[in-house]
Amino acid sequence: MLALLLLTSFTLITLDYRSGSGSPLSPLRGVVSAVVGPIERAAAAIVRPVRGALDDIGNLGSSKKKIASLQEENARLRAQNNQADLYAARLREIAKVNHLSGVGQYRIVKAQVVALGDALGFEYTATIDAGTKDGIKPGLTVINGDGLVGRVKSVGRDTATVLLAIDPISTVYVRLEGSLRVGALTGQGQGELDFQLRDANAKVKKGERLVTFGSQGKGPFVAEVPVGTVSAVESTPGALTRSAKVKPFVDFGALDIVAVVLESPRTIPRDSVLPPKPTPSPTPSQPAPNPSVPANPSGTPTPSATPTRRP
Amino acid sequence: MLTGLLLLTALPLQTAVLSRLPLPGAAPQLPLVVCLALALAYGPLDGMVVGFAGGLLVDLAPPSDHAAGRLALAWTVAGYLAGLASEEVRRSSFAPLLLVGGAAIVGGGLYAGVGALLGDVRMDPHALARALPVSVFYDVVLAPFVVPAVLSLAARLEPEAARR
Repeated sequence: MLALLLLTSFTLITLDYRSGSGSPLSPLRGVVSAVVGPIERAAAAIVRPVRGALDDIGNLGSSKKKIASLQEENARLRAQNNQADLYAARLREIAKVNHLSGVGQYRIVKAQVVALGDALGFEYTATIDAGTKDGIKPGLTVINGDGLVGRVKSVGRDTATVLLAIDPISTVYVRLEGSLRVGALTGQGQGELDFQLRDANAKVKKGERLVTFGSQGKGPFVAEVPVGTVSAVESTPGALTRSAKVKPFVDFGALDIVAVVLESPRTIPRDSVLPPKPTPSPTPSQPAPNPSVPANPSGTPTPSATPTRRP
Repeated sequence: MLTGLLLLTALPLQTAVLSRLPLPGAAPQLPLVVCLALALAYGPLDGMVVGFAGGLLVDLAPPSDHAAGRLALAWTVAGYLAGLASEEVRRSSFAPLLLVGGAAIVGGGLYAGVGALLGDVRMDPHALARALPVSVFYDVVLAPFVVPAVLSLAARLEPEAARR
């Protein structure tokens, strides 16, 4: 009996592994996700208020500043509804996503993350509560208000599985802000993302930002989505590529509202979707140039109309 | 069936709650603990089947992204081992924790081993060495809550199967 079950398992593994996405087990996955998906969504909905409280406990160590500003906000909101804090934060997330997709002129479907994958910490995947009935297809890009979250791996009727950008098998082609130099960004799980630039002699500076490059092999990949900032450049003399570590814009430990990009516009002005560069401490003699987010819906960048920030 | 009900409850609880808690290191695997508890109740043969079913369910359910059958394989063996010791272990109150821990280590190791054989890039040995003991620790922490509850449910709802 043990041998029979083991044999069945081996057969399933072989079938599924060798057929890749065309596996005969895909309809089975579809059935299971049609059954389990709604249950996961319901569980997430029920548990959301409790999880909010647990998240707070988890963040205690790093939140002194946050606590101060939240205390201010708390006092301000005390006159309103009890749930106002929670709803306000989610509305901000939605507004950020709307802003990002409005600027990039992406056609999106908004969704929430209802489940995260793999307790053992090998797979970095998430389930979102949008599926084929919302028009989601495998290969679509997923973003949130801060930047790139990942891409859709498989879709059920009500839910879809997203491969997060920090997963070790995720590779995204990105380019440095302000240039056409392209490199590959691979996830490393808990650590920062690994960036390999083709040109070994290229100058990459810490603090430079990266955006996605464009179409890849499987399916349309949205261009110009902010990905992250270079946090450390590795000097490897004699190597064929330039390596760097990248800190993503998105906080993958706190995914909630995301948007799946169904369609991006035909022309997107380069670097326009990045948020304005944070101003260095103001020195009166140097006006720091800020690439600002253009408000005009047309596709052309405005090179000189950058409003300067009042310090 | 009790198995189906428990697994369908444990899976959304795991993916929607336990995997999203800000726990350092890894997360507990509630479906595995439930399968091992059922194996303790039912013995080796049924425990094996429960492990297979549970593993397959988690393999196919939405957030998972690996070749289907890997967890089924690992948990079949874990369920079988847990079932083997079920007679002696049920009497004591401390031994089930050790059994859950041991079976979870075997299950996790098999899963990672098959993954490495398949050439899965994610099966980094350092990450495994870091994550597996932590996850097993959380499983053992969950066990004193899950195992007695499942054992009493099995005794009440399916007494013939549990007595075997």
